[in-house]
Amino acid sequence: MLNAEIIGRTFPGATPTLVTQEAISTFAAVVGESNTQVAPPTFAISITLDQSQKLLQDSGLDWTRVVHGDQRFEIFRPIVAGDTLLCSSTIESARVMAGNEIVSVRSDLHFGAELVASTWSTLVVRA
Amino acid sequence: MTPLEVGQELELKSYPINRALLVAYANASGDQNPIHQNEEFAKSVGLPDVIAHGMLTMALAGKYISDIAGSAAVKEFSARFTKPVVVPADTDVLLNIAGKVSSIEDGRAKIEITAEVDGVKVLGMAKASIAI
Repeated sequence: MLNAEIIGRTFPGATPTLVTQEAISTFAAVVGESNTQVAPPTFAISITLDQSQKLLQDSGLDWTRVVHGDQRFEIFRPIVAGDTLLCSSTIESARVMAGNEIVSVRSDLHFGAELVASTWSTLVVRA
Repeated sequence: MTPLEVGQELELKSYPINRALLVAYANASGDQNPIHQNEEFAKSVGLPDVIAHGMLTMALAGKYISDIAGSAAVKEFSARFTKPVVVPADTDVLLNIAGKVSSIEDGRAKIEITAEVDGVKVLGMAKASIAI
């Protein structure tokens, strides 16, 4: 189970991720996108999912039992090659439903002081 | 781009998903969970077969949205993962995506998206907001 005192806390990342042209092009190729000047709309997940797992690894969340329930993106400006994005993750809520733990995590990606994108993931930890 | 109208139905498009695409998505996204690649492992945790990453399905729906006004126009995008997309070996599974313009306000068009495989909805409440 998640530590209750962790709800509402923000875990700031320490190391920013450099977005390479190769990373954008590889992601675009998978979905058949020919425009590689900006990242496809869901590209942010490739940074936030990995980063939030690292940031929240001591939260008591059992990542081996996690199923992705839903996902939301808010994109303030498109991600482009050369961005160095720092991820901070906040556990916004946690509740138990039918024995499963439902955890909502928001991750913000900043380039310096600029908020580039926010992602919200609902994670279902199966009982 | 032709101007969008409220109530407008957007063209249905089909996206083939196969095991090779799952490997490509795993490499592109960093999500190497074996339930998306290894049949034996997937079955050992109670799944019928290998399943697609929910985020791959959403990424393909993202491509559908990007095709309306470009990737840079996509401002908001959300979806629920309602049913797993089962991907058997040596088979293309067709993901069918359609959209409808639900509102146009303040320079933003809201699009409601449906995504189904074999008549079964795989994304729920899928919607996007794009700058127009």
